[in-house]
Amino acid sequence: MTDQVLSAAVYRPTRVRLHRLWRPLVLYPLTIALSLIFIFPMFWALMSGLKTPAEMYAFPPVIIPTHPRPYNFVEAFTAFPFALWYRNTLEVVILGTLGTVVTACIVAYGFARFDFRLKNVLFIITLATMMLPSQVSLIPRYVLFHFLGWIDTLYPLWVPSWFGGSAFAIFLMRQFILTLPRELDEAALIDGASYFRILWNILVPLCKPALATLAILTLIANWDAFLDPVIFLQSPQHFTVAIGIWYFKQQEFQVTPTDHLLMASAVTSMIPPIALFFAFQRYFVQGIVLTGLKE
Amino acid sequence: MPVSVSAHKPSVLAMIVGGRTRQEARRALWGYVFIAPWLIGLFVFVGGPIIASLYFSFTTYDILSPPRWVGLANYHRAFLEDPLFWPSLGRTFYYAIVVVPLGLVGSLVLAILLNQGLRGTNIFRTFFFLPSLTPGVALSVLWLWLMHPQLGLANQVLRTLGLPPSPWLTDANTVIPSLILIQLLTTMGGSAMLIFLAGLQGVPRELEEAATVDGAGRWMKFRHVTLPMITPTLFFNLILGIIGALQVFTVAFVATNGGPDYASWFIALHIYQQAFAYLRLGYGAALAWIFLLIVLLLTLINFALSRRWVFYRGGA
Repeated sequence: MTDQVLSAAVYRPTRVRLHRLWRPLVLYPLTIALSLIFIFPMFWALMSGLKTPAEMYAFPPVIIPTHPRPYNFVEAFTAFPFALWYRNTLEVVILGTLGTVVTACIVAYGFARFDFRLKNVLFIITLATMMLPSQVSLIPRYVLFHFLGWIDTLYPLWVPSWFGGSAFAIFLMRQFILTLPRELDEAALIDGASYFRILWNILVPLCKPALATLAILTLIANWDAFLDPVIFLQSPQHFTVAIGIWYFKQQEFQVTPTDHLLMASAVTSMIPPIALFFAFQRYFVQGIVLTGLKE
Repeated sequence: MPVSVSAHKPSVLAMIVGGRTRQEARRALWGYVFIAPWLIGLFVFVGGPIIASLYFSFTTYDILSPPRWVGLANYHRAFLEDPLFWPSLGRTFYYAIVVVPLGLVGSLVLAILLNQGLRGTNIFRTFFFLPSLTPGVALSVLWLWLMHPQLGLANQVLRTLGLPPSPWLTDANTVIPSLILIQLLTTMGGSAMLIFLAGLQGVPRELEEAATVDGAGRWMKFRHVTLPMITPTLFFNLILGIIGALQVFTVAFVATNGGPDYASWFIALHIYQQAFAYLRLGYGAALAWIFLLIVLLLTLINFALSRRWVFYRGGA
């Protein structure tokens, strides 16, 4: 009895004090250090985009340029046909995202609200396609687009999005529609509304958060796409930004040193996804979480 | 009354689309109408191509002339004659075996840090997450400079610390570790971390408090309460992590182009080169099918093993 009281009196304060030190001495410094390490390469890229060629090749390396040159960004934009490449990328990204959002919503409605033969089998097949490496369908898709006359056009990059988007998109929308009360549809049905009207007037307005999430994730995935464009596009006037920068990188040693411009164009290509992230942060996090947890 | 009769007798339509009554059959038909875009997409852009590539894998095909049946020649060539096939597969596994566990543990540690209720958690989360939004090409350009053997900042840091500089991406022995480092610093704070964070936030507080009352320390609580509760998220991230890592392509293609001396020549680069640089579509399809079978096998093994360690709260 006395031992216990004694030990409590002696040990508890030390434990409490250690517990108090854990946060300021371990957790905060560790988290701050890690977040600086993670963000540093992006900061460094931005700084390099503002450097003069001399600072780019300086030894020891310069981190913050003494005379920042924002003009690099303009010069990079005109040194290569980036205006055209951005236009192409926007076309792919907008049409691809629109197709994904519209058709994934329609297909997800079918999976969420109707009972039909083979529904579960088809849905499981749909989920299973998420686990296939894209390389395995690449060659026949190339053959298909070749015979359609679509190689070296932007069509292969966005037309497939109009057929349900992707398994991921359908899954995301279905999960969301399942959370909406079925009574809403049934009431409208009794009032004589058609299924399309129910989808459009009742479900779509309620799905706005999920649609926003899907739109953002699709925009970013399309912006980042590399393997498909590098295979389906051949001539520089049809390039997207990602392929353009790759092309720029391959050309650059034949011309004057333009590494600072290459860096500036890389930084420019990083801006749209980051801007989207900051504008729609809430939807973003929700969407990733929604797909990750409901298995 | 013909109407009432047909309402009880299954129609041809009902036998195809499902449903016991005419009304249910009609509704089932509507279901098919709504999923029709995906059925076409699945057939034309996913399922059909996978079957077609199986066929191509038994042919030589350069798109200009019709495919010519060669039986198992492409597989024979991959397994026994192609000097790049086995090494490219080996490199891909080396990369994945390092990057997947480190990435998972790293993402989990970051998520745990974000789950401590620290002040400024939103800023930390943003800083961890932003690098994962960098497009692969921009990432390659950026890291080629950071890891430049003479002028790069990475070696400057090593020199300042009194360590010997590394050749990074320019040497056969260091190129894969360098690519692993790039991958980890870019994606550790990405979607896997956010999914872990959501998983951690879903662990009932009462359980952890009960463990504390029972005298469990920090590690015991994590090991015996938190970790079992988040095994479904761990499994989800593991599956996607393995599939993603085995497909490693963009940075190796843009930054090192498979080099130096084929040291970063991963299987995805090999498929790309055979199929699209040399237009050996039949051989490329065989490589892609071998790759598909490997990925499928690994995924199935993982699902089978998951019964032993993944804990679903619903009991499913």
